Amino acid sequence: MAQKRCSKGPGLSQGEDLAADEDYALTQSGSQVQRNLERLSPAQVDQKVSELVQYLLVKDQKKIPIKRADILKNVIKDYRGVYSEIIKRAGRILQQVFGLQLVEIDPKYHMYILVSNLPRLEVENLKQDDCTAKLGLLTVILSFLFMKGNAAKESAVWEMLRRLRVDPGVRHEVFGDVKKLVTEEFVRQKYLEYNRIPHTDPPEFEFQWGARAAKETSKMQILRFVAKIQSKDPKAWSTQYNEAAAEEAAVGGLSQDTSTHGDTGGASQGARRRTR
Amino acid sequence: MATQMTDGHRRFLQVLMSHGIMEGSVARTLHRDCCEIHKVYYAHDKLDDFINVVNIHLQPFFMQIRKGMSEDDGRTYYALVNLAETEISKMASDYTENELELFRKTMDVIIISESGFASSTNILNLADQLRTKKMKKKEAEQVLQNLVQDKWLSERDGEYTLHTRCIMEMEQYILSNYQDLVRKCNICHSLAIQSQVCETCGIGMHLPCAGKYFKAQTEPHCPHCNEFWPHEIPEINRPDSQVPSSAPRERRRTSSSGTRRR
Repeated sequence: MAQKRCSKGPGLSQGEDLAADEDYALTQSGSQVQRNLERLSPAQVDQKVSELVQYLLVKDQKKIPIKRADILKNVIKDYRGVYSEIIKRAGRILQQVFGLQLVEIDPKYHMYILVSNLPRLEVENLKQDDCTAKLGLLTVILSFLFMKGNAAKESAVWEMLRRLRVDPGVRHEVFGDVKKLVTEEFVRQKYLEYNRIPHTDPPEFEFQWGARAAKETSKMQILRFVAKIQSKDPKAWSTQYNEAAAEEAAVGGLSQDTSTHGDTGGASQGARRRTR
Repeated sequence: MATQMTDGHRRFLQVLMSHGIMEGSVARTLHRDCCEIHKVYYAHDKLDDFINVVNIHLQPFFMQIRKGMSEDDGRTYYALVNLAETEISKMASDYTENELELFRKTMDVIIISESGFASSTNILNLADQLRTKKMKKKEAEQVLQNLVQDKWLSERDGEYTLHTRCIMEMEQYILSNYQDLVRKCNICHSLAIQSQVCETCGIGMHLPCAGKYFKAQTEPHCPHCNEFWPHEIPEINRPDSQVPSSAPRERRRTSSSGTRRR
């Protein structure tokens, strides 16, 4: 999936600088963590856990993935010895109180996002925030990429958008600078990957799904969306259908929370969460 | 009363967080929808109890869903606020040192002004007096835009005031840090940023509170010193009607009549 690649993003170098430092925090065995825990008062640990919960919630508002290096630097500080315990408890609270799942989307640079655990729904009046339109645009792009075999050249994406009267070269009244929204904002939020195609001169770029898109929606939901628009059966696209069904089966084994809700608005619904 | 949190509560919380702040009637609709979706107990007049359950669970993390009033239109709003003024919450807000300083200075100007507004010219002039790091006008304009977007400030015709969400979150902070400068509304006794002030005794009232208080009086007098009230009496919007309403941001623009003639 998209996770294996790490597109150019801000702060990668920082991640590398701190990598050694971070790994120290994680190399501790369970019994070491237990011993470290005994040296701290429960109140001290609780305090750190709630600071972390707050930090993750505030950071997630911007939908930019949260780096473990930043968590350690800004929140954990002297509590590195019990990091694994703190993040475990914070994850539990996010689940129990907020219905959010803390997901590591990039095992190499240890980046986290929060994803809703609640079933996605087609309830129109729940989505009233300003970003709905943007996420509609995103859903269209994700659909296009999936139907084109999970990747498409930048020029093909612009061409498709132009046919929908969204011209990346012209300021759009809702989206503003479309090119910036698609190639920067969606990429930073990990909805899309945007990479140079190797050995192209002049350079050409292609889009793929980003890790957040894979978490917040699924291939099957996107396929159902496309099928609904075209009034067809999803099985009419056998390649895509088989791929989506395979993904569903794989994910279904791990979690049962979202995959059974066959609503077509899934992408924008799931993606809608906590945007401004 | 049940104190168990359900998925209905969790969904309510998630949607509220995505909005930042939510008007009362919107929150009531959301309450109903969340209960229906998750098939949990619903009573239309029990929104505050429902929120209370969430608050019990939020308390250990110094967060709370708070109910407040908009100074613009007098409507009730709900917002998730952070109760701990810790280093973390400041740092996590994604603003740099000098941006925060500009915000603090803007807040000073807003609070010191009687009207509760600071003009953009005024704020932009602060940008090159910052101690931490000076800011170009262009940068300051961008910061102001971000502050409006993040609901710290709200803007009307080039003038800035504190956003309802900001007041709800920072009320205690403002009351303790601006003790002698800041006013409390003589009617509802909470912090008043935008207010009408008695020219004789100096008490202040929120515009919606003044509107409600003077509604029935043909000749308005100060509730404190009984002198003639020299201000135009603000019109009150239907407070908290059940009519579904548009997004709060749009509504605020339209309710400005008689705000600032000082």
